[in-house]
Amino acid sequence: MDKPTHVAPPAPRTGTDSELKIADRTFDSRLVLGTGGAANLAQLADAITASGTELVTVALRRVDPHAGGSIVDVIERCGVDVLPNTAGCFTAEQAVRTARLAREAFETDWIKLEVIGDEDSLLPDPVELLDAAETLVADGFTVLPYTNDDPILATRLEEAGCAAVMPLAAPIGTGLGIRNPHNLALICEKIKVPVICDAGIGTASDAAQAMELGCAAVLLATAVTRAADPALMATAMRDAVNAGRAARLAGRIPKRHLAQASTSFEGMANL
Amino acid sequence: MKIELNGTAREDIATVAEAVAAVSEARRGLAVAVNGDVVPRSEWDRPLDEGDSVEILTATQGG
Repeated sequence: MDKPTHVAPPAPRTGTDSELKIADRTFDSRLVLGTGGAANLAQLADAITASGTELVTVALRRVDPHAGGSIVDVIERCGVDVLPNTAGCFTAEQAVRTARLAREAFETDWIKLEVIGDEDSLLPDPVELLDAAETLVADGFTVLPYTNDDPILATRLEEAGCAAVMPLAAPIGTGLGIRNPHNLALICEKIKVPVICDAGIGTASDAAQAMELGCAAVLLATAVTRAADPALMATAMRDAVNAGRAARLAGRIPKRHLAQASTSFEGMANL
Repeated sequence: MKIELNGTAREDIATVAEAVAAVSEARRGLAVAVNGDVVPRSEWDRPLDEGDSVEILTATQGG
């Protein structure tokens, strides 16, 4: 079998689509790639390139004096922007402090805000999340909160001044796909800032479904980084996001209970 | 003077800059917190106090 070339062609344009606009930045790609779970930095670089993404997440941890290679260098070489996260924080205070450190380390006021409520599910803690979002917005951050698939919480986060809201498809790393498509659709209808489906995506059809439901973008990590062939899955995700977006813009046909012939019966021979 | 640097007790470090140099040769992509508060790069020459907890962080892979 030929090895696919992992060079991302330009995203197909529909003629009616526009760039993704978050706060003061615009993106051609509607895929945000998380970097967690990659086996090594070379594999990660290939996946970033293949995905066509322009924005990748990183976490902030203690310096490891024995670490080989820097993820910052990889991201710079790939020519993509960094979106630091507050992964691992369980309280608003911890998340706010982590965000301020991230701003210092990466010279960006963009933050993917995660405040986790439970170690087993890694589901967001809505009370702490909203508290942290309000504090960070007031502190001048561009806040992209990872949130539950709850339309009311999404509204509260938008009202707090978040630049996007990022509801989960399913718990982090599960690959279960979109557990509550109705809620995700409600969030997309209700929220004016970009809705980015974040976490729980397992495969390309999940990413396409998120876009068909009206999401502005998809954020995923594990589905690519832990796939048997990360770069090939990154290519699949890129194409799925583009296909789902195009399908959303194209306007799908209504679902029907009974068949409707696509071929006319008129002129049918009497045989 | 005893301080804690990234969770390890140290007695040979007097300033934030020395703490940074003790864990990394890099200067980019780092952030320092002393007792939980960010210390901006411009203040890295600041002396540490007995019992300070210094955290020096950098980017790692993460979703």
